Amino acid sequence: MSDYKVLAGPEAFLPPAAASMGIVLPDPGEGHIEGRIVPEEEAYEHCAKKILEAKVPTIFPGPLVLWKWNDHVAEKAAAIKELADEAPMRLIPMADYRPKYPKIQYEVEINPNHPNLTIWHNKIDTCIFVGVHCHQANLALKIIRGGTNCYTMAMCAQAGHEDACLSFRDASAEKIKKLTEAVKKLKSQGVKSQAEDFTQFKMDRNGLVVSPAVIEEYENASK
Amino acid sequence: MNKPVSTEKRIIRSKHVKLGQKNAKGQTYTDINDIFYNSEQKPVFFTGSEVIKEAIRRSSVGTSVAYPITPQSEAAALIGELYAEGYLDEYFRGESEFAVMGQCAGAAFGGHRVFTTTAGPGTLRAMENFPMWAGSRLPIQVCVTCRGINSPLSIQPDTLEMHYLLETGMLVWHAETAQDLFDFILKGFIVAEQPDVHVPIATCCDGFFVTHTKDTVELPSEDLCLTPYDPYKSPVTVMDMESAPIRMMRDPFVMKSNYISYATHASWQQEIHAAVERSRKHTIALLGGLIDEINTDREILVVSSGTAVSQSREAIRLLEEEGIKVGLVKIKTIRPFPTEEIRQATKNAKHIFVPEFNVAGWLAREIKAVVPDNERVYAGPHVAGGMTMPSEVIRDEIKQHLGMKVDVSKRRS
Repeated sequence: MSDYKVLAGPEAFLPPAAASMGIVLPDPGEGHIEGRIVPEEEAYEHCAKKILEAKVPTIFPGPLVLWKWNDHVAEKAAAIKELADEAPMRLIPMADYRPKYPKIQYEVEINPNHPNLTIWHNKIDTCIFVGVHCHQANLALKIIRGGTNCYTMAMCAQAGHEDACLSFRDASAEKIKKLTEAVKKLKSQGVKSQAEDFTQFKMDRNGLVVSPAVIEEYENASK
Repeated sequence: MNKPVSTEKRIIRSKHVKLGQKNAKGQTYTDINDIFYNSEQKPVFFTGSEVIKEAIRRSSVGTSVAYPITPQSEAAALIGELYAEGYLDEYFRGESEFAVMGQCAGAAFGGHRVFTTTAGPGTLRAMENFPMWAGSRLPIQVCVTCRGINSPLSIQPDTLEMHYLLETGMLVWHAETAQDLFDFILKGFIVAEQPDVHVPIATCCDGFFVTHTKDTVELPSEDLCLTPYDPYKSPVTVMDMESAPIRMMRDPFVMKSNYISYATHASWQQEIHAAVERSRKHTIALLGGLIDEINTDREILVVSSGTAVSQSREAIRLLEEEGIKVGLVKIKTIRPFPTEEIRQATKNAKHIFVPEFNVAGWLAREIKAVVPDNERVYAGPHVAGGMTMPSEVIRDEIKQHLGMKVDVSKRRS
């Protein structure tokens, strides 16, 4: 059995990939916590706990949930928004994987090539990746683990991410809703969110940050 | 590993939308577990080249690109017959092996399941594209029918070229027999295409020994075929000229690029190696382990791969007749290398022999790198350039190394 643990960093100048250290991905019905394979129920509880105890909990939605490329995505996106509202958690999108010119805008985006910049600038201590292509997610998760102390979690539609500190697999709208329920359950037991107050930015359809009033006017016009 | 992987548990079942439906040829898209473990297998007496054709017939391949080089030309031509019969969407001859592998990449980027073959100098001519495939996460399968590397020229069997493939980022499996070759081709597609793996695979076999000799092979019905490749389960974006990996063809992470991150380049390469490691779990389940073991509690072991295993089986039988007990380890996957399995299998051995069909002894080096007390490992016997490796040669070299008297006049002429 591998002794390696997938913990929040900063781990190393170039940390090893967890798979190369003997960490195996979970099977259906399982999750992983810091390299340990666990029943999925345990992963929900642990994930909810990490969300509520974080000061800057953040969801990084990727292209697979940001763009309506099939009929199920809207439902998944709504479930993610519900989780963000309930916790509460910030939403910083990874809209695509292209380089950002002239430089990355740390407060409103994250890029898989230097995700540490967004983490450092916003002082994000816990994050969830959802809807990011697995390859780019693995790059980002490992770079984050190498250079920051952020606790990473992944809600993956495929086989999971051993480079995250915690990972689900076979993610669906139902699983995201189940995570929201886990958060609600902890709150009903008296656990309070430690999240700092924040104002969630909004973007128009051109990707420009706008005021809530402008967004409301836009949405009313499209009805 | 953080979790033992069982050979009893089969690979996770396909949920492809077309499972159970029929294709244009009337074949039923079938889960790999059912093809191999829940359907009737019938014996046929075919050459390895014919077996490659039968494997592709059942593999729902979209594109195959061909180029002639001995000893894979026959297999490539037979796949052309499948195309004429309507089993493939695209088939054509490339301008060279380098061109072929580039063309395969294009088809794979476009979402096809892709198969090709090559050998020896063809493998080396194509070599630049193999790490390109791996870095682009393209699960292309190339069947490498191992032959001599120039110079001098030899079209005959030799496994030296496998050594060149080891750090390409591809999965590298080595078939002993035509049965292995059939099984590995179908199972190789399934493992390579897993979303957490999704790298190319080189299914190697020894040229002529496997490709041009007939053997009894158990085949499932040709009415069954693999479920199609699902490009939307790819871990990278599908065919996007603005995003990596395609963008990386013209816009490296450093130099004139706003990706500017050496760490991302290094992490990308680590991710490819990690993908190969992730294949262990799926490969163990489908192949029944990365190695096969026979009597590994014995003090003398032969560890090998490919047809060197076949010759070793006979050598072990000859030694048994003389009262010398020898165990056998057959290595099925070279990448990922079965490190823990080899360590466990060889823990009782005092002498480990590694016969190989190449002058370099690369497999012995791989084994020496992972076992403790590696002075136990004897690299040999070696033959190369197409020489056969008679079982008597293996037998006599083992006996000589152990200080026993060898009567070469007893070797069969």
